[in-house]
Amino acid sequence: MSARQPLPNWVTIVLMPVLNVLLAFVIGGLAVAIIGENPLDAMWALFYGAFGTGMGWGFTLHYATNFIFTGLAVAIAFKAGMFNIGGEGQAYVAGLGAIMVALWLDQTHWTLVLLGSTLAAMMMGSLWAIIPAWLQAKRGSHIVITTIMFNFIASAFMSYMLAQVITAPGANAETRTINEQGRLPLMSDWFDAFQYSPLNITFFFGIAALIFTYVLIWRTKLGYKIRTLGANKEAARYAGISAVSVIIIAMAISGALAGLMAVNEAVGVQKRLVVGYVHGFGFVGIAVAFMGRSHPVGIALAALLFGALYQGGQELAFELPAVPSDLVVVIQALVILFTGAMGDMFRPLLERIFARRVKPSPEAPTTADTEA
Amino acid sequence: MGATDIILLLDSSVRFAVPLMLAALAGLYSERSGIVDIGLEGKMLGGAFAAAATAAVTGSVWLGLAAAMGVSVVMSMIHALASINFRGNQIISGVALNFLAAGFTVFLGHAWFRRGGTTPNLRPDERFANIELPFAQEFGQVPIIGEIYEQLLSGHSIIVYFAFLMVPVTAFVLFRTRFGLRLRAVGENPKALDTAGISVAMLRYRALVVTGLLCGVAGAFLSTAQGANFSENMTSGRGFIALAALIFAKWRPWQAMWTCLLFGVLSASQIRLQGVEFPMIGEVPVQFIQALPYILTVVLLAGFIGRANPPKAIGQPYVKER
Repeated sequence: MSARQPLPNWVTIVLMPVLNVLLAFVIGGLAVAIIGENPLDAMWALFYGAFGTGMGWGFTLHYATNFIFTGLAVAIAFKAGMFNIGGEGQAYVAGLGAIMVALWLDQTHWTLVLLGSTLAAMMMGSLWAIIPAWLQAKRGSHIVITTIMFNFIASAFMSYMLAQVITAPGANAETRTINEQGRLPLMSDWFDAFQYSPLNITFFFGIAALIFTYVLIWRTKLGYKIRTLGANKEAARYAGISAVSVIIIAMAISGALAGLMAVNEAVGVQKRLVVGYVHGFGFVGIAVAFMGRSHPVGIALAALLFGALYQGGQELAFELPAVPSDLVVVIQALVILFTGAMGDMFRPLLERIFARRVKPSPEAPTTADTEA
Repeated sequence: MGATDIILLLDSSVRFAVPLMLAALAGLYSERSGIVDIGLEGKMLGGAFAAAATAAVTGSVWLGLAAAMGVSVVMSMIHALASINFRGNQIISGVALNFLAAGFTVFLGHAWFRRGGTTPNLRPDERFANIELPFAQEFGQVPIIGEIYEQLLSGHSIIVYFAFLMVPVTAFVLFRTRFGLRLRAVGENPKALDTAGISVAMLRYRALVVTGLLCGVAGAFLSTAQGANFSENMTSGRGFIALAALIFAKWRPWQAMWTCLLFGVLSASQIRLQGVEFPMIGEVPVQFIQALPYILTVVLLAGFIGRANPPKAIGQPYVKER
């Protein structure tokens, strides 16, 4: 690249993502205008639905918890240079482990259910991630394609399990419901503000997972190895880091995190396992990780944004029936597109603006010209 | 299972295989040029909606096809913009396009037709009709050969014949034309082409236009030839099976056709294999057969049966040195 005026940090970290997200909402608003409804009403309904009430907050944070797990899963793998788009399948298969342990222990106490299903979910999730990781590390098969394939294999496997093996008597492709004693406590049991919302104790796991990831990646030896491998494979090799073991460990952690979504969603809220319970949340994790720049703080904020979108979308369907709630999927897709795939869209423009404003140096005009 | 049953099975396999073939060939152009395309699914879905919606409103299936191709090309150009100009992550762009299609089709479908996300049912004259080859009825009386002619070869919509035509066409373009040579080269070593004075970006844009056109046809097939309307997520993973087929075929057109036909046979035999007891194995769950294309692709990618080496420059944005 030619010599450029580097943008101030806050511009690349804060302003650019914010502009990208705003653009996504503007285009979403245009879509609302196309079908002849008022975009501002729709956006207000989205916002109020997500943040206007305690219940809205509860739902928003509940969805955000799912996205924290799937987002961190993508981020940790990404730090190791692996693109794990198998969060969807990993969370699905983890649901099997989580629900089976939960149904087994649900006559005892919820603490046992929480502990048991968490371990089972993490184990199953990482199992589903280790196979593609091993295939990548040892056999060189591209992890993106393998994890896509594993999503579909997971979906077929799970519909077999749910339809034939662990089906509740009389039900169609779902397990029985967790017993009263075994259910995870809801936040609304302790805080009245969250009444009628599904926010449960797993939320704290989400917070813990954020802190865990930060410590792991930036404060431990393993994290250093992961970052080195992700930054430069050759350098990692010369430093004596085993790519095979780091890939497998990073993907195992990634799968385990994706698996935690099962505890929140299947055990905590739905209290049983149904077909397709992951509902695309694994894919949203990709967006969350990229928007959050694979950093726990960014991921927390991105997860909150997507959680709000999901919850707002539900409310939108009640408030303005003429605006289909699929608007949320459109906005979400645009956010993924603009922040993930076109993240540098505004860079040339911003560089031009800041080159003029911040410090007019002799280089500034040439940088503007090369990019034009 | 008699000869007639086999012919009928193959006939439905062809119907399953055609959208896969079109999408796999579409992906071939993109991936050979060095751009990963996991957005085949979304482009097909967008095309399927555009075709059904346009045909329902205008009554013309050909306008529907044109709309499908148009929408799919626009989506492909978004992918091109992200991958070529902004040097963004091609996988994320593909994921985003899949979401975009899933969201927009249902959003607009709800708003325009108010039928819960589906488009109105098309009348027979608003769909692609099945073409009877000459003397199909009469010749059909002849055992086996006649039945093959009547059932298997005759009685498909024009898109089916088009799909099979596109296989030799793609093979010719890829291996016998200047464009094809450059296409293969740009996917392997873009720098070499750049040095030779050929625009890498332009070439990749052209490849992605073809990808868009073919995905549009595949989508139109689903909603206006095989089906008679659009319904939510009607591609149901076909774009990814096509991607698997493309990899399984090692990015080659004829092999892609055979792989898609094989996957088509797997789909078509699902219903027939339900409850059938195999010697030694016993009953095979339907879900296993559904998962088989994906399992086979994983096994192939792992190098247990042959090796699938993607184009070398795939997924990397090309940065011209200054």
